[in-house]
Amino acid sequence: MTSPLQQKLKITGPTVITANRLTDGVVVWLTAESGWSDTLSRAAVVSTPDDALRLLGIANADENHAVGAYPARVTVADDGSLAPVNLRERIRVGGPTVALPGAAA
Amino acid sequence: MPLVKNGKPVADAFVAVADEDTLPDAPVLVSATRLLAEGEALFARNHPVGVIWPNDKDVLLLEPFVDRLAVVALIFPKFRDGRAYSQARLLRERLGFKGELRATGNVLRDQFLLMVRCGFDALEIVKEGDVAAVEKEIHSYSVFYQPTGDGRPVPLRARLAAARGA
Amino acid sequence: MYIYDEFDRTFLQERVDEFRDQVKRRLDGELNEEEFKPLRLMNGVYLQLHAYMLRIAIPYGTLSSDQMRALAHVARRYDRGYGHFTTRQNIQFNWIKLEELPDAMADLARAGMHGLQTSGNCIRNTTTDQWANATPEEIEDPRLYAEIIRQWSTLHPEFTYLPRKFKIAITAAKHDRAAIRVHDIGLRLHRKDGVTGFEVIVGGGLGRTPFVGKTIREFLPRHDLLSYLEAILRTYNAGGRRDNIYKARIKIQVHEIGTEEFTRRVEAEWAQIKDGALALDDAAIDAIRAHFKEPDFEALTDGPAELEAAKTNPDFARWYANSVAPHRKGGHAIVTISLKPVGAPPGDATADQMDAVADLADQYAYGEIRVAHEQNLTLPHVRQKDLFTLWQALDAQGLATPNIGLISDIIACPGLDYCALANARSIPLAQDLTKRFADLDRIADIGRVHLNISGCINACGHHHVGHIGILGVEKQDQEFYQITLGGKANHKAKLGELLGPAVPENEVVNVVERILDTYVELRTSKQETFIAAVQRLGIEPFKERAYAAR
Ligand code: HEM
Ligand code: SF4
Repeated sequence: MTSPLQQKLKITGPTVITANRLTDGVVVWLTAESGWSDTLSRAAVVSTPDDALRLLGIANADENHAVGAYPARVTVADDGSLAPVNLRERIRVGGPTVALPGAAA
Repeated sequence: MPLVKNGKPVADAFVAVADEDTLPDAPVLVSATRLLAEGEALFARNHPVGVIWPNDKDVLLLEPFVDRLAVVALIFPKFRDGRAYSQARLLRERLGFKGELRATGNVLRDQFLLMVRCGFDALEIVKEGDVAAVEKEIHSYSVFYQPTGDGRPVPLRARLAAARGA
Repeated sequence: MYIYDEFDRTFLQERVDEFRDQVKRRLDGELNEEEFKPLRLMNGVYLQLHAYMLRIAIPYGTLSSDQMRALAHVARRYDRGYGHFTTRQNIQFNWIKLEELPDAMADLARAGMHGLQTSGNCIRNTTTDQWANATPEEIEDPRLYAEIIRQWSTLHPEFTYLPRKFKIAITAAKHDRAAIRVHDIGLRLHRKDGVTGFEVIVGGGLGRTPFVGKTIREFLPRHDLLSYLEAILRTYNAGGRRDNIYKARIKIQVHEIGTEEFTRRVEAEWAQIKDGALALDDAAIDAIRAHFKEPDFEALTDGPAELEAAKTNPDFARWYANSVAPHRKGGHAIVTISLKPVGAPPGDATADQMDAVADLADQYAYGEIRVAHEQNLTLPHVRQKDLFTLWQALDAQGLATPNIGLISDIIACPGLDYCALANARSIPLAQDLTKRFADLDRIADIGRVHLNISGCINACGHHHVGHIGILGVEKQDQEFYQITLGGKANHKAKLGELLGPAVPENEVVNVVERILDTYVELRTSKQETFIAAVQRLGIEPFKERAYAAR
């Protein structure tokens, strides 16, 4: 079953499913094996709404491992490596854009 | 759904009756509409009467029936919708309702204690597994800060009593 | 300090046990996320971009030195060595693991702390003046009543699942440092015919539909505080909207049914419960008062020789003029510790800084610390003769920037660097602004300016009530910022006016600078503050200049 929200899913390019790991909140991505990885490059990439919905279904059914799943756009480089598209996802991948207090400058 | 009353699983003797159905020869739970429309006729029967009261309707409307109602079932459409807590306290503390006050709807274990503190004595429990947890949940705290109709001592008063005693 | 007794300790321990069990049930899959989320929120646990965030309540902003050390411990042991002090007298840790949360909570409980009432649709941590019980301008210590409210509202069975969050603030001073007019309920202590009571203000708030609260009662005798609050909350619980999360705050209910009708409902309900179990009496209030241990103030007089001598040091003199305020006791002073050094995230403190402040509080300030809603710390009771030594020690920790109340004393929410709801970043902008306005002579010349930044319309950085308000918006994946002028959070609370179209990130600092240059040019004299000039001139002259160079 898909909620009305999910049915409206618009996929405009390569897309991955991301969420936060239940135990510690770490950012994770759904892999092709329907598991979760904390490395973006291991994420399963889809490019049609149907495929994205299918993956999202798998992700949502696994909320005992990861929570708050949603689709995020990525770019795929020639060598196959993945990169986030918007600032929010870049920050989720790379951490805050500012030095953490107390970190050695 | 299992019904737990005063901490113990019990059989539900009441039959919920739709507005257009004829009343069975048994204790009944009717809608608010039906209670307000048929009022006295319902109580003239030889069976206990209960009402299922929606959470957006003023419970003080129950005043004329409060001594005769056997059950008031209040509704938590979602456990996050807390209107029935206020209704429960008003029924118990303002109207002095002594019958069974039943929590229905999305009744989950992490809210049992709040419900009991507001005056519910019967819980219509959603998850089978939560039934065994009732005793533990409603005793998970031994101290309470604010007074409700449940009569448990609260610190402002207790501290005061201690100060006076000392 | 409020001293917890056996009762409070038992309660906190039981709360920790309950939460430990809830976390376990979630990890075991017995609770699903939808069921667990409100439970974790009620313990102050959010899920942000990178990790869970734990928000810990600092009731009425008061901390003992030991509690500060407990915060430092949590920062080191369970987080990444720092914490963020918020505008609501809470502290947030950004990197907590769900698995470790019960242990962190247990450690905090040992110091009498918790995350209760820092999130969820319940009555939140009641906030008050950080100068409470220290400033000469107040009629009574407002924390007494904040504590009474804390006790009444903690895990209130009827009001734990309200339509939306509920925030109460209280002040007893003429100058409102608690922003009571932009809270769900604001309480102003005052006296009438020799009786202490409250002006009751309802329905203020910021967020996407900001409102300044309405006074529904000019005077409520103090004995009636709790019954009146219960009547307001019951009216709200029954009638607040639950169909739309953006319309669920009490401000919308008050707005939609009108202040008069709302007041009528509250008064009608109150009439029924006024003389019931919640009625307070002097003995009950005194019993609470007895739990606040008054510092053993030394008998001293103002202007000791040590202080006068120190004033010849220009750096000290500058800090003294900026960060030190008069105290109700002779020979004492209130010290504000700036958490806004140049280039740092506003409100952040490292574990080492927390420990240092705790030690300094023990040495010079009767062991007491306060958290201010401007995201600074306060030592409420400092001996004037110790000010110079204290200043040197603070300076060594990077905690003596003399910018309190000035343009670089920025209030900012975490924004997109941490927050899952953000449109844009707040912290880098704050850092750039503090760098542009690093010159102490220049900012002192500009004088009092409150600049507030929120990363989205939720307004956690109070941008609506900043003299200069900055709101992050997003346009096609780019960060843009709207600028408002003329907002005020004090007793004359007012919402700022939009200056014009949103500006891109790299323009904001320039626009702010042009606004301030315009002020310096147009002010009648140095006595006319920025906000006064905006009021006199309106926003037009600022608007013209701010956008002129683009
Ligand atoms: C980082 C995670 C945070 C989240 C998810 C969050 C969420 C929210 C939301 C959704 C609102 C709007 C409520 C409404 O309009 O009904 C809000 C308001 C507010 N938050 Fe936050 N917030 C966060 C952090 C903070 C911080 C760090 C502060 C203090 C610096 C803060 C203080 C406030 C205040 C004062 C308001 C506005 C006043 C009001 O309630 O109307 N919040 N927050
Ligand atoms: S204002 Fe928006 S971005 Fe900032 S903390 Fe609040 S919710 Fe997050």
